[in-house]
Amino acid sequence: MPTHTFKVNGKQVTVDIEDDVRLLWVLRDVLGINGPKYGCGINVCKACTCHINGKAFNPCSVRVADVEPDDEITTIEGLPGTVGADLHPMQEAWLERDVAQCGYCQPGQIMAAVAKVRQARAAGREIGDADIDEIRNICRCGTYARIREAIKDGAKKM
Amino acid sequence: MEQRRSPRSGPPGPDTPPESPGPDLGRRRFLGYLVAAPTLAAAAHLGGSLAAPREAGAVIPSLPEVQEVFDLNDLLTLATKPTANLIAVVLNPDGTASFDMPRAESGQGVTTMAAMLIAEELELPLDKINVTLADARPELMFNQFTAGSNTTISMYNPIRVAAAIAREQLLKAAAIQLGDTVTALTPHLGFIEAADGRRISYGDLAELAAAQKTEQVEVRIKERSEFKIIGTPQNRIDALDAVTGRKKFAMDLDVPDALPTMICRPPTIKGTPASVANLDAVRRLPGVTDVVPIATGVAVRAKTFGQCIDAVNALDVAWNPGTVDGESDDTVLARLKKAEIPLTVPALKPLTGVVEGEFTFYWRNNAALEPNTAVADVRADRAEIWAPLQSPILCQEQVAAQLGLPLNAVTVHVVQAGGAFGRRMFNDVVLEATEASKKMGKPVKLMWHRTDECRQGRMHPMCTSRIRATYSGGNVLTFEQRHTSVATDYTQGFGEIITALGAKIPPLGQGNELGFSVPVFHLTVNVPYNFGAVTQLLNEVYTYDTFPTSSVRNLVNPDVRTAQELIVDQLAAKMGKDPYTFRRQFVDDDRVRAVLDKAAEVGEWGREMEPGTAQAITVHKEYKGATATLVEIDCRPETVNRKIRNAVTGPRVTKAVMAVDTGLPINPRGLEAQMQGGIMDGIAQALTSSLHLRDGTLLEGSWDDYFYTRHWNAPLETKIIVMPPTTGEPGGAGEFGVPSAMAAVACAYARATGTIPTSFPINHGTLSFKPKATVPPLPPSPTNGLEFAY
Ligand code: FES
Ligand code: FES
Repeated sequence: MPTHTFKVNGKQVTVDIEDDVRLLWVLRDVLGINGPKYGCGINVCKACTCHINGKAFNPCSVRVADVEPDDEITTIEGLPGTVGADLHPMQEAWLERDVAQCGYCQPGQIMAAVAKVRQARAAGREIGDADIDEIRNICRCGTYARIREAIKDGAKKM
Repeated sequence: MEQRRSPRSGPPGPDTPPESPGPDLGRRRFLGYLVAAPTLAAAAHLGGSLAAPREAGAVIPSLPEVQEVFDLNDLLTLATKPTANLIAVVLNPDGTASFDMPRAESGQGVTTMAAMLIAEELELPLDKINVTLADARPELMFNQFTAGSNTTISMYNPIRVAAAIAREQLLKAAAIQLGDTVTALTPHLGFIEAADGRRISYGDLAELAAAQKTEQVEVRIKERSEFKIIGTPQNRIDALDAVTGRKKFAMDLDVPDALPTMICRPPTIKGTPASVANLDAVRRLPGVTDVVPIATGVAVRAKTFGQCIDAVNALDVAWNPGTVDGESDDTVLARLKKAEIPLTVPALKPLTGVVEGEFTFYWRNNAALEPNTAVADVRADRAEIWAPLQSPILCQEQVAAQLGLPLNAVTVHVVQAGGAFGRRMFNDVVLEATEASKKMGKPVKLMWHRTDECRQGRMHPMCTSRIRATYSGGNVLTFEQRHTSVATDYTQGFGEIITALGAKIPPLGQGNELGFSVPVFHLTVNVPYNFGAVTQLLNEVYTYDTFPTSSVRNLVNPDVRTAQELIVDQLAAKMGKDPYTFRRQFVDDDRVRAVLDKAAEVGEWGREMEPGTAQAITVHKEYKGATATLVEIDCRPETVNRKIRNAVTGPRVTKAVMAVDTGLPINPRGLEAQMQGGIMDGIAQALTSSLHLRDGTLLEGSWDDYFYTRHWNAPLETKIIVMPPTTGEPGGAGEFGVPSAMAAVACAYARATGTIPTSFPINHGTLSFKPKATVPPLPPSPTNGLEFAY
């Protein structure tokens, strides 16, 4: 069985699994990292959103073999670690605004929000409504109004 | 004016309880129990003795409309009468309190509500209260069914009584410890305090206060004026778990050897497997441990879900036809039209004006983001289940029946749900997991693929609503509504197998329609305006199990009320009135008028709008409360035609303002969240979100074709106004926001475009995607995810 090595939430991991198993299942079913959620498996719902080298991506649509040994995967569990705190400012903003309802989409929403703020900054601006409109993460409980507020709050503290 | 004129056992007033958890011994005094246990445990009847007096008075009058005096929640609450059963608050030695709640938490915030009620009476901080979801408790009978936004209404008093008894017992135990009298002591934030500053913690008292024998006790609960927590905005108690990824859903549970399992499903609705050509070959695929045909398809168990998906798609299955292979949207529509009960008021009467409309509402998926999930561990002599369930007792009974095991050999654990919206009243996923686990002889962690949800899941039934209203001399004389629907499956009954069977009484389907659909219709619908002679009738076509149906975040009202409000706007126009002032004049309830005024004021009704944009305002009353929604919509071409990859854009609701009166908002912050969610559903249902039926197959297969509201469809400005308490009785919330929101979006679209929409969602007529294949059943997992990284 092929062996794959990469970094997850700051730790080097090695897994024995077929090359074409998508990373989401390696995280969830093999490594037991359950923060990334399944909602579609075809890169449309974005519930599984994580970061690869600081950028948002969807592990349901990436083969484990396509993850390089020096790639750093961050899931919601590892997000606070990226800022050396118990909670990332975006998570704080989420708590402050009491965003979550069922909570199923929220790990993905937060990971997307953090990346979107960085993307806007890299383009030389603060995140605004037009950027938020581009976020594809579905919230079936309809928490969009509070997400919009929380992203703007969280961005200020990032 | 009080909106509900429901019969009550006591004099109506702000503090009349919605139900008595025990015999009401006068104002705010109730009976409950101290329960013999190692630490302090106090209990109250859940809905138990609500009482003979109330039942005697619970005649369903024919006028005014049934829903106004006796709504679905009264029925759900009354249904609990024969079962005198207990729910308990337990004090732990670490100073925390625990409550095992016999309801589902799917995002509605009922665990937070329960914790608030306990905090209020127990004088314990919210973060010291653990609310868990109870396993199936068959002795609770009707009382473990989560539906109709009934949780708050039915739990409001029992939880407070149990917590109050615990507080009194702590005071007694502390009095002994501190050598003081009970009346000289004060419970405060987890301590019992004496006047001289000495204090003793609840944790230290937990064992000392434990009861030696179970006994009935009497307790006083707080008046509304004494509330410190109830009515204050509180954050959810599970928020930290949610934002850190620690919140556990069924698929996150670590049940030994329960490996991922998925099902290969038929290409048409309710098809069944005839034969499988390559079982052995698929069994040899990487990661796969088991492949077995079950009633609904072929179950595959593997090391990862990814390998399940690949194996499912590799299966070569011959399928038997389903129940509706010959049916499509247009055949169903033709059948609905044929079945419409005629309107009786003549369309043309001298000197009267007539407004008429006929509206079609297409199928909608429940589409919780967490798909159907269940973990099952079936052994020869027992079975254990973990799943998000709205009807756990029914589930336990069904599993026991399926396996031929006694009820007590089946344990059903209720897990928090990633949304429910009506779907988790049905236990089909559990029965599949049970069958697969039994046949494989191994535990399984069964999950539906998203595509299964769309294609073989449950849906809100397609329906039509026809309305004719007549007016003359400034008055509306008649208002007739004929709602015709594909049968809604109510066989989950009220969560208990006896009533569930009642819905199947032959001739097939009639038990369902006469026993449930028609009563539910009359218990939930109304016309909230003084419109003279009002009639509303329901007719259903097909049998309850022809199509897989269910309620989808509210039963009939989103459609029923949308049809009405579109006609109301036309009546206003024909009678030369502004839509708001017209409604203001004709609403039949002061609470409705108050929310209408509030929404109009905050939403700046009547402000000048650009061409192609418009406001609309609507109302709704249900769940012992009232809502009004004002929306602004942008239907200008540059907005409607904006392009987003794999998405529908269309008209955009730019602003939504909703005023809500639930009688007594327990947690205004949670209520606001529910209303915000209701608005997003209203937008989806009016504009974008439906299933297309073609030759027995639903064309939608995921979120890129089932267009629930997305960030780019959501209003830029959303404002919820929670009205101060009115009746003093809590109402429902989970489904309550949808009807007026959907109606407002539809009306705004009509006003902005000048075209009254007649079918919903408005984009249903154009298929804006390429349907995914049905064989193999699942879309292949993409490999290009890194290309979209940002
Ligand atoms: S599960 Fe990955 S995008 Fe939906
Ligand atoms: S909070 Fe339930 S799906 Fe977003």
